[in-house]
Amino acid sequence: MGIEKERLHFSWISSAEATKFVDVVKEVTRIVETVGPNHKLVKKISA
Amino acid sequence: MKKSISSLVSSKGRYPWPAEQFIWDNNCRINLANYLTDRKEKIGIIAKGCDSRNIVTHIVENKIKREQIHIIGVPCNGMIDKTKISSLFDREITGYSETGDTITIKTISDEKNIHKNEVLNSNCTTCTHRNPVIYDELVADLVEEQIIEDPFPDVRRIEEMTADEKWNHFEELLKNCIRCYACRNACPLCYCPTCFVDESGPQWVGKGQDTTDVRTFHYLRAYHCAGRCTDCGACVEACPMDINVRDFTRKLNKDSLEIYGWEAGLDETKRPPLDVYSPEDPNDFIKYAGHGIL
Ligand code: SF4
Ligand code: SF4
Ligand code: SF4
Repeated sequence: MGIEKERLHFSWISSAEATKFVDVVKEVTRIVETVGPNHKLVKKISA
Repeated sequence: MKKSISSLVSSKGRYPWPAEQFIWDNNCRINLANYLTDRKEKIGIIAKGCDSRNIVTHIVENKIKREQIHIIGVPCNGMIDKTKISSLFDREITGYSETGDTITIKTISDEKNIHKNEVLNSNCTTCTHRNPVIYDELVADLVEEQIIEDPFPDVRRIEEMTADEKWNHFEELLKNCIRCYACRNACPLCYCPTCFVDESGPQWVGKGQDTTDVRTFHYLRAYHCAGRCTDCGACVEACPMDINVRDFTRKLNKDSLEIYGWEAGLDETKRPPLDVYSPEDPNDFIKYAGHGIL
């Protein structure tokens, strides 16, 4: 649909896997940052 | 004896004579399965291949019972595309007739014979289930099914685009969408009592022409049809703006086939793949599986 694949991530993380959660979030953030800010599928609501 | 439509509509009783007024030709593109949803009475229905697959889907999804319907099956060799036909003429079409596979179109200044295969609906060109999959009687002999080597060339073209190209493709596709919802209303799958676009508490999606809202409607509707769409083309047929909304559903049909070996509405005993769990379901989209993989 035109959203960069870098922005979409799936993982299974159990509530007992706090360290995994942190690692995944860091990795996801690193990858998303490579494609920069998203301007697609964003609705601009003017004040 | 012919009676007026108004007497037909106002009559409370049911008589066989209006059936004499039925016409079946190459323009019967809409999908009558759409009219079966939640009906309680006994119904006779005419079904092409694709329509019969939507009837199967309705049965699987408890929208109608098999024993309630008498299916008059029509082995089909495709319907014709009204937009392709009108694009062949500069002037308004004033006359239409067909003899076998030859379509005769008249305008005020012109008359042309066209072979129906030149103006076939695009879903019909790749259809591999032209014969009804369930029926109680058939109006004609079964037809030979098409063998299509590459059923999804259109989807592959989009898949090969970069993210920005895809974005622009859909922007262009939807630029004339007026959100009339005719596509949704014509689709047998879209039977939710309140569609998410009509919901107001919470309001999932804005109701205006904002492009993000228009896209959200189309994306979500397509996902609601994932693994259920029969590519009958009724949505496109209904669209007053000639938008090929099948660009959305066909990707999901392709994925259903490639990932789950599934085509909708072929088997009354099986539920669509996204409706059931199987340990064999592919899960290679799950990244970061297991520990220490990062
Ligand atoms: S999709 Fe198949 S069954 Fe449906 S109208 Fe086209 S050819 Fe007929
Ligand atoms: S989405 Fe369109 S092609 Fe698919 S079943 Fe509904 S009307 Fe038919
Ligand atoms: S029928 Fe066409 S114009 Fe109407 S909502 Fe669907 S795509 Fe948009």
